[in-house]
Amino acid sequence: MATAAEHRTARAQADGTADEAARTAAYEAVFDAAVAADERIEPRDWMPDAYRSTLVRQIAQHAHSEIIGMQPEANWITRAPSLRRKAILMAKVQDEAGHGLYLYSAAETLGTSRDELLDKLHTGRQKYSSIFNYPTLTWADVGAIGWLVDGAAITNQVPLCRCSYGPYARAMVRICKEESFHQRQGYELLLALSRGTPEQHEMAQDAVNRWWWPSLMMFGPPDDESAHSAQSMAWKIKRHSNDELRQRFVDICVPQAESLGLTLPDPELKWNEERGHHDFGAIDWTEFWEVLKGNGPCNEQRIAQRRQAHEEGAWVREAAAAYAGKRAASNGEAR
Amino acid sequence: MTVTAGSTAALALGDDALVLSHRLGEWAGKAPVLEEEVALANIALDLLGQARVLLSMAGDEDELAYLREERDFRNLQLVEQPNGDFAHTITRQLYFSTYQRLLYAELAAGDGQFAPLAAKAVKEVAYHQDHAEQWTLRLGDGTAESHRRMREACEALWRYTAEMFHPVEGVDVNWKDLETSWLESVSAVLRRATLDVPEGPRSGAWTAGAGRQGLHTEPFGRMLAEMQHLHRSHPGASW
Amino acid sequence: MTTNDWPLWEVFVRSRRGLSHTHAGSLHAPDAELALRNARDLYTRRGEGVSIWVVPSTAITASSPDEKDPFFEPAADKPYRHPTFYDIPEGVKHL
Repeated sequence: MATAAEHRTARAQADGTADEAARTAAYEAVFDAAVAADERIEPRDWMPDAYRSTLVRQIAQHAHSEIIGMQPEANWITRAPSLRRKAILMAKVQDEAGHGLYLYSAAETLGTSRDELLDKLHTGRQKYSSIFNYPTLTWADVGAIGWLVDGAAITNQVPLCRCSYGPYARAMVRICKEESFHQRQGYELLLALSRGTPEQHEMAQDAVNRWWWPSLMMFGPPDDESAHSAQSMAWKIKRHSNDELRQRFVDICVPQAESLGLTLPDPELKWNEERGHHDFGAIDWTEFWEVLKGNGPCNEQRIAQRRQAHEEGAWVREAAAAYAGKRAASNGEAR
Repeated sequence: MTVTAGSTAALALGDDALVLSHRLGEWAGKAPVLEEEVALANIALDLLGQARVLLSMAGDEDELAYLREERDFRNLQLVEQPNGDFAHTITRQLYFSTYQRLLYAELAAGDGQFAPLAAKAVKEVAYHQDHAEQWTLRLGDGTAESHRRMREACEALWRYTAEMFHPVEGVDVNWKDLETSWLESVSAVLRRATLDVPEGPRSGAWTAGAGRQGLHTEPFGRMLAEMQHLHRSHPGASW
Repeated sequence: MTTNDWPLWEVFVRSRRGLSHTHAGSLHAPDAELALRNARDLYTRRGEGVSIWVVPSTAITASSPDEKDPFFEPAADKPYRHPTFYDIPEGVKHL
């Protein structure tokens, strides 16, 4: 196999020819070699159109998930039961806004503006993680989201720190560092409830019962039904299959649940010595597809709030742009 | 209730920070632009940090925050005012952070019980004031709509600005000087933002010093009901 | 550009004295002043920086050293932002 450097030489030679097909082939060879050699693709590099659009779709969906994901937790900021918990929750929801920003920035390096992406979110043309279409009914849900939802997200995201696209990988490094605070605060919150009064313990168990299965769905459909998986793995946008990551997550959670003193709501969950993994029950994929289609408990509410915030903020964004325009104009005159 | 003697001042300053932090927390997920989600949360977190130190000087922070009745809160009426639109929130920030910065600078320079806290908090508050000023300029001198909204907000909240200078027992500053500096500072920002300094009264007919005496406005009771509900539903529980 | 489409700024953060500014990411802001403030909030919430540059396509703007205190100190006292703030029972793994 030729080295990346040799491919680059070939590409430089192809640049000199008028044969467009030869040029594209040479560029593609450089790209493929870079991916194969675990080099990072950077914004100004040539990349196949499908690679670009896959990344935009994935990064946008990820960014949207962060900002829609603020809502179920922000739902409890004003009711947090201690000042310490309130500070933690505010900092966490703030981080999610920050993560959304990092990710929109990464998407913008691919030539798609944030306004464009937000518009697609607001009009239902791009998706966000279905998990955020479930409601937060009690304070314990804040803990369950931290432990299970953020835990699943981390399992998904850690491999993305080595994603082939540089800006996405760098955003993920930053995000993963911050997410580990999120997961730990959730675990600690649940632990306090589990070891608290009987009512608190029950609240924690109820939350885990409701969030466990949707968390497992966060890894996406089974490998044989996943539309984009194979190509994404080849491009090293994805590093592990959905089912692989889901299994990893289950194996991690079982002992953590034991330490919490809480039960995972799956009677079929048990250690399989032969496989060296836990077996677990069948996931209700009908529910998954229904929620994805828009029939989850909160789909409409989440988008409506997002749109409302955006629309009600329009005059603020216009004012700041107008002010900047006036300053630029008067600076121009002064010169 | 374990409120130690001589804690009036800690409660007044602590409740200001606690209540304003709560109001800013209500913006989460609803800010006009993502960057402001982060900024407003930063300010809310600074204030909550201050509140926790101050309330702890007066007793147990959670007992004080969650188990007092409305009439026992000593915060200014200004900070409990509902968020309204972004112009109202920014105006509330401008009025309060200017006051807080001046007050904390005085406290930091002294050697009273609040000096250590104030020395640290005044840096945070300088940033809050800067944030409020930047937005006051942009909204005041932005579009016709933003100017109108900002003017309305400045006027609506003006009546809550006199109570800030009602002396607080245990806070040893020259309140008259503080008020003069505040008026100068706020007026200068408003003028730069092409806004008129409101002409209406700076206090209601019976409200001078009201918040400090435990007299609040109606929205405050609902705010407390939401804030305290969960904690009160589980007496004695730890979280 | 529509009236409310804020331009993009690149953010460079000096993590501590003695190191150069390094690229941290980007953000939107209507002008340089707000870009700096947004960058401070976004990229230095955990005390990651002592100085910031924001760069539009043509100009560079840096935070001035005398703004260091109000800009960066408040981030130092929020230990709950760091995972080590939380007590997790011994033996619990992968958290």
